[in-house]
Amino acid sequence: MSAISVSGLRKSYAGVEAVRGIDFEVAAGEVFGLLGPNGAGKTTTVEILEGYRQRDGGDVTVLGFDPGKAERAFRERIGVVLQESELWPVLTVREIHRIFAGYYEQPRDVDEVIDLVGLAEKRDAKVKTLSGGQKRRLDLGIALVGDPELVFLDEPTTGFDPAARRNAWELVRSLRELGKTVLLTTHYLDEAQQLADRVAVLVAGEIVRLGKPSELIAGTRAQIRYTAGGEEIVVETDEPTRTLHELTSRALAEGLELEGLEVRRATLEDIYLDLVAEERS
Amino acid sequence: MRLFWHQLKAEQLTFWRSREAAIFVFLFPPLLFVLLASVFGDGTRDGIPAGTYLVAGLIAYAVANTALGGLSIVLVIRREFGILKRLRSTPLPASLYLAVALLSNLIVVVLQSAVVVLLGLWLFAAKLPENWVAFVLALGLGAAAFAGLGLAIAALVRSGEAIAAVVNVLILPMSFLSGSFGPANDLPGALKLLRDALPLHYLLQLVLGGYVQGDALWERPTAIAVLVAWGALGYIVARRRFGWEPRER
Repeated sequence: MSAISVSGLRKSYAGVEAVRGIDFEVAAGEVFGLLGPNGAGKTTTVEILEGYRQRDGGDVTVLGFDPGKAERAFRERIGVVLQESELWPVLTVREIHRIFAGYYEQPRDVDEVIDLVGLAEKRDAKVKTLSGGQKRRLDLGIALVGDPELVFLDEPTTGFDPAARRNAWELVRSLRELGKTVLLTTHYLDEAQQLADRVAVLVAGEIVRLGKPSELIAGTRAQIRYTAGGEEIVVETDEPTRTLHELTSRALAEGLELEGLEVRRATLEDIYLDLVAEERS
Repeated sequence: MRLFWHQLKAEQLTFWRSREAAIFVFLFPPLLFVLLASVFGDGTRDGIPAGTYLVAGLIAYAVANTALGGLSIVLVIRREFGILKRLRSTPLPASLYLAVALLSNLIVVVLQSAVVVLLGLWLFAAKLPENWVAFVLALGLGAAAFAGLGLAIAALVRSGEAIAAVVNVLILPMSFLSGSFGPANDLPGALKLLRDALPLHYLLQLVLGGYVQGDALWERPTAIAVLVAWGALGYIVARRRFGWEPRER
């Protein structure tokens, strides 16, 4: 059974369509990425699924519930990490976990959760003494303390330095090992590629591509790049072997060196940037 | 019920943990009482010992200040931090959250009131309440009505920077006009009209009625009606306008 099922979802703000009829399914236990540039409608979509916003049209089911009704039984089973939120600065990590644990029928052990998100050493530290990355771990901890089946992560690493991002990725992977379903939004491509089983690319409120990261790359043409006369030349081809052979034979015959020669497959990033550019033009 | 106690403990923890804020919030009404009673505390007022009058006045002020000011300040600041939004996605019911936020503040008022009464007894020859039931009911009704107004203010004011100033502008002039802080008998006509429209005047009537005259609460139906009307207006505005998410700045 799907954990999340969305069809024909629409939402407008003051006449401007932020989400224009999107469809996708997320299977139980899957890590699903919503990828897109800022303003593509990612947060709007997630906040509809979390129960924060009412949709204008379409059908949405999350864990068998209509999130628009925001029932208590529904909120028992989801965990939410918001893009921006702060907690009481004078309370300790443990106190905040205990407060949130108390809201759920069957919470997880508080200390276990603190260990899981890597805040064991900061257990009794006040929130105001935590670094940015540690605060995000705290956000994740209180999202997990109710032992949810489904975890929403809205841009979990925005503003992180590279090391902190790697740590956060490890945490998301540990969620998968716990069997949680995860819906992740991000505008970082490598993040989606690293973490998500499947990715939907959202541009201007529409899904322009959906599939496994490897599927999105498959079927693209190889690119041969080199520099000639100070200009970078890119040759796209379905037959890289033949094209490369022709190119190098000609260069050898003329006694030329192809500077900066490389052959590579388009990355998800190239595809993504193309999609975004197409959609915007 | 378990959730209620859990949340009340959480609220009390957050209040007392911010030690500086807690101490000054807690001490302000008792300090104000000692100051005002030192100036206006001699003799009698409408046949009532002035000290007793001020005890009742300061308690009415503390209820209004806490239910309207304390509640709206806490809500606006937490909304700005995103705490309210975060809590919305937990199973904690919204109505329980708001009720406990108010109640937690009222616990502080009860402690403050006790200190004010004791100071009054000790320093200014004030008396204990004549009619405890009417006195407590008046405070309960006042707290509910001013909490409604507090929710409305929290719904209308956008930023945490503005809320404290807004609360001061609302509460302090109203307290002076109503006579909570000492005699305000010879008001010019326009100010008297204003005073008669504002809710604190009526809360003070009810508190004085129970505390000083020993009357039952329902002997002042007009005062009850005006307080209920103000409170209802507050809840209606809050119902329509209150949001849990940080506002665009």
